[in-house]
Amino acid sequence: MTLLEVRNLVHEFTVRGAGGLKGGVVHAVSDVSFELAAGETLGIVGETGSGKSTLARCVLQAPRPKSGSVRFQGTELVGLRGRRLKQARRQLQMVFQDPYASLNPRWRIDDLVEEPLVGYGVGNAGSRRRRVRELLDLVGLDPAVYGRRRPYELSGGQCQRVAIARAIALDPALVVCDEPVSSLDVLIQAQVLNLFEQLRTELGLSYLFISHDLALVKQVSDRVAVMHLGQLCEVGPAEALYRSPRHPYTVDLLASIPSLDPTRPPAGGRAVASGEPPSPLNPPSGCRFRTRCPRAQDQCAVERPLLREIEPGHQVACHFPEPVNAAPDGAAVDGTQPRPATVHYARP
Amino acid sequence: MSDTLLQVEDLRVRFDQRGRRVYAVNGLSYRLRAGQMLAIVGESGSGKTVSSRALMGLLPPSATVTGSARIDGVELVGMPEPEMRRHRGADIAMIFQDPTRSLNPTMRIGAQITEAIRAHARVEKDAARARAMELLSLVRISDPQRRFYEYPHQLSGGMRQRVMIAIALASDPKLLIADEATTALDVTTQAQIMDLLGELRSRLGTAIILISHDLGLAASYADDVIVMYAGRAVEYAPTRTLFAKMRMPYTRALLDAIPRLERQSHARLPITPGQPPDLTALPPGCAFEPRCARATPQCRTSRPPFAQHEVGHWWACWNPCKDGEPV
Repeated sequence: MTLLEVRNLVHEFTVRGAGGLKGGVVHAVSDVSFELAAGETLGIVGETGSGKSTLARCVLQAPRPKSGSVRFQGTELVGLRGRRLKQARRQLQMVFQDPYASLNPRWRIDDLVEEPLVGYGVGNAGSRRRRVRELLDLVGLDPAVYGRRRPYELSGGQCQRVAIARAIALDPALVVCDEPVSSLDVLIQAQVLNLFEQLRTELGLSYLFISHDLALVKQVSDRVAVMHLGQLCEVGPAEALYRSPRHPYTVDLLASIPSLDPTRPPAGGRAVASGEPPSPLNPPSGCRFRTRCPRAQDQCAVERPLLREIEPGHQVACHFPEPVNAAPDGAAVDGTQPRPATVHYARP
Repeated sequence: MSDTLLQVEDLRVRFDQRGRRVYAVNGLSYRLRAGQMLAIVGESGSGKTVSSRALMGLLPPSATVTGSARIDGVELVGMPEPEMRRHRGADIAMIFQDPTRSLNPTMRIGAQITEAIRAHARVEKDAARARAMELLSLVRISDPQRRFYEYPHQLSGGMRQRVMIAIALASDPKLLIADEATTALDVTTQAQIMDLLGELRSRLGTAIILISHDLGLAASYADDVIVMYAGRAVEYAPTRTLFAKMRMPYTRALLDAIPRLERQSHARLPITPGQPPDLTALPPGCAFEPRCARATPQCRTSRPPFAQHEVGHWWACWNPCKDGEPV
């Protein structure tokens, strides 16, 4: 069953350069379409400025997208306002990167977790208090110890648990997570990631999981979408996409991850995308990756490649996708393999 | 050893804040040869940044630094500020996580590099300008003639970090400290900057201390790795030795907690419970004991010494992991 269906979503920001400097239109999200099934986790991975956060926020209608359609549980969200939008969003929650910034520092943890329940008029004071204790237990915080504290008395990981308790308080169907563990140390990050997994299986949640970290996205996702400069360039099942990436950008991203095995050559080398990512103010014509792409040809400058299915469930937006990775299982996924020798490094 | 560039012995840093004593670094010792890349890895609050800022004399007045840190035989701990100013930049340079905050937004790139060159040597303006161009090419900034006249906001994050590296190299330092220098960058840019640092090290013989929370960066680029926890080194070995024969349960826990491409989706990560200790009240035993799966009663009462147990491999644990054994 399709839980979320996003079609041709576009969002642009108009920037006016300060002091008469040149302004323009930032093409943050340009014609993005994807679907998310109930109980499924879709990871969205991309670099800074790829528009992944804007995409996530546009799904929640904050900000409202410029055009396109977002159907959630069969309801079209684009164009909804006021009470009807609030009701539709009850099942659609969000967890942000910085837990301290997303919690009011003057409130107690109990009240913070109760707020969404009060906002939607759930139960009475007594039943809400019981629910708060239940939620804190669920995210692994002892209500007797932490309930009366305030955010500054908690560590970053604990605050993120509180933010998660708030997000799941109304039994949502979908939680949008925007870099939810990026500000946490690795041991705490593992704790919170396991909490996401636990809640997914216990509550049947779906996640739209945004991160710049490819390995992290693989860890949590059923399917992965790779975003580059406002567009999706590859979407596929997590295992298949990482085993045999078909878009040159995905290959570059995977090749850039430092290997945890010192006996292998370090990441990078000549195979990695050279040069700077183009500006979203003035994206290249045709394929937006072509200026950094070793496979680019004349056609790429003229015609924008659209997402097309090249294997069941695996879509890629590229005129000249990478060949299927024939390497034996396991050899390809660490990202350190060289490109196949047949690739021509002709630059336009 | 005669080719030791930097020798740190029992370095300690304490902060006195409103009656509270925070023990940030508690006896750190290591050696660095010219041209070597040493990674100092640890979580927030492990003391990795504080210990390197102590070398640069860049700590606030509330900090008390003891122990010894000698670069080419010159003692840095307790050096008076005027003298420190001559060493800072000339012998040791540092690049930071956020290049935007390190650069002056109102000055052109070229002027900032030239300023750094002329701060350390009496150089004519024209010569300094030529040297700045040279540095821009060295850090592989394309079209240096044009970039020279641009402002920081006109550059991308990766380019700004390259400019920071150019400024750091302006006076030919013997040691470059890169404090989470690639953390704010995208993964493709990070690979480019790490490649650049590796190249500079072999071309110029600059020693590099790479401060990072990322064991992957250490594994890929460093010669030696120090793992810090609660202000102490807990494991120290050549990179290949460390990753082949990890002894400290803490290092092992760090490595296991990193999401990896080899793992299946939705696989549970091995969990280390709890949080890092309070640096105002460190326990008498091993600081990792409350979170350690291998802890014994001995770990609670007495601190394991940080000693060389195998050739070149130091660790501080009463109950270290055996070869290939999980935690």
